[in-house]
Amino acid sequence: MRISSFFYTLGQGIKNLGRNKWYTLASIATIGACLFLFGIFYSIVTNFQHVVKTAEEGVSVTVFFNEGVTEEQILAVKSELEKNRPEVREIEYVSADAAWEGFKEEYLGEYADGFTENPLADSANLQIYLKDVSMQPALVTYIESIDVVREVNRSEVTANTLSGLNKLIAYVSAGIIIILLLVSIFLISNTVTMGIAVRKDEINIMKYIGATDFFVRAPFVVEGILIGMIGSAIPLIIVYFVYTHAITYVASKFTMLSSLLNFLPVEVVYKELLPISLAIGIGIGFLGSFATVRKHLHV
Amino acid sequence: MERGYRKKRLNRQIPEDEIITLENVTKSYSSGAPALNGVNLHIKRGEFVFIVGDSGSGKSTLIKLLLRELTPTEGEITVLGYNLKRIKHRKIPKFRRNLGIVFQDFRLLKDRNVYENVAFAQRIVQTPTREIKRNVPSILATVNLAGKYKNKINQLSGGEQQRVALARALVNKPTILLADEPTGNLDPNNSWEIMKLMEQINENGTTVIVVTHNREIVNAMKKRVITMKKGVIIEDEEEGMYIDED
Repeated sequence: MRISSFFYTLGQGIKNLGRNKWYTLASIATIGACLFLFGIFYSIVTNFQHVVKTAEEGVSVTVFFNEGVTEEQILAVKSELEKNRPEVREIEYVSADAAWEGFKEEYLGEYADGFTENPLADSANLQIYLKDVSMQPALVTYIESIDVVREVNRSEVTANTLSGLNKLIAYVSAGIIIILLLVSIFLISNTVTMGIAVRKDEINIMKYIGATDFFVRAPFVVEGILIGMIGSAIPLIIVYFVYTHAITYVASKFTMLSSLLNFLPVEVVYKELLPISLAIGIGIGFLGSFATVRKHLHV
Repeated sequence: MERGYRKKRLNRQIPEDEIITLENVTKSYSSGAPALNGVNLHIKRGEFVFIVGDSGSGKSTLIKLLLRELTPTEGEITVLGYNLKRIKHRKIPKFRRNLGIVFQDFRLLKDRNVYENVAFAQRIVQTPTREIKRNVPSILATVNLAGKYKNKINQLSGGEQQRVALARALVNKPTILLADEPTGNLDPNNSWEIMKLMEQINENGTTVIVVTHNREIVNAMKKRVITMKKGVIIEDEEEGMYIDED
């Protein structure tokens, strides 16, 4: 392709946006509305998952050992678990002294001075954090079968709730995203068909004059891509401001929840939302125009 | 039968100056009588030909076959050495660049001005911008529209619009100019102006084929006239006349 033809094609694509103002606006509005909903929804879902994940990371299993079990034995169990159980994220060894210190600090404060020796002599334990909470029951069963273990404390309810909630969010989000995409594809194919109907004569003349398929298609595809870009940029900008305002508002109004609701900063959300939205917008614009022009090429 | 056809085609050498050849061309659609029935037609380089006939006579089908918008059901069509029955889809644009086409309804781009409409044809065949800037004003001068190059299409009269369409058809310097009822929407004065331009174009060496209903023009111009009726050529005469339908 000649350089001048390239710029002509590009220029025609841009001019086409203005020539079919209503079609352009309708398409941008359609893509924009879908991606706006997508953006809002995506932000909520990622934050939810973030909250769930943070909560999950705090869930631990505490393992206590029989009387007289030495520190070496406990550490051997620790390294064995680290080596053979892939679901384990981190194991912390809490010695009897450390357990007493922690207990003193938390519950006794200055009254602890009356104790001369450690009343929690046999409470050396392992705090096990998991990668995936749903693996907890299997791990607990395994640890209970180790002979030096006295007791395993776990927070079963939390673990089950969290992994259930996580699954629910995943299903619901997949469902809503699929519905949104279907709706947007339906609306966009309609608007593109409308736009092509307006331009059928032009395509026809081009074919009679001897335009190649590529040359007929190129301005429409440029136009489609531009519509996709604008249609994804607008909701991205709106969602950006809505999001930043929403998290500061919620954080200031519901201060007591702030420890529970740990919002993601907008940059983290946009690291994925930005490329995904642009790709969806441009992809729909490209495919919509490419496929629809194709139908009219055989003149 | 098929073999016989082929043999005949191969035996007959197409003369060098013959640029349109139809041999036993039949075009039938799924239902009804064929639109064209065993048509033979030979047109030489530089000819001026009228094709006349009522609606339903097969004129439109003939034009569509020459443009390779349709392919014949039977027979062979050769235009400028391209076998239109066998031509590959991706070669069609290159073939069509040899043809200039004018329609009854002008088919101009109404959202663009006169200059842009003519330049459009050059852009499509990827002419460099420098040449477009030279060619378009010169062709607009030929059709007497040099002063109106900035006008929008809907600011022009019918005759002016058809001249823009003619300029668009000619700017790529076609070998053949095909005009389908070019004066169908014009008053007599404008019709004559268009026909004079076509004659002038023909004198400069372009083969001109005009499909028309305009009796006065056909009878006055004394060109070759091909008369069609119900899918066959019933008359083909040099300096022919418009035959009245009984």
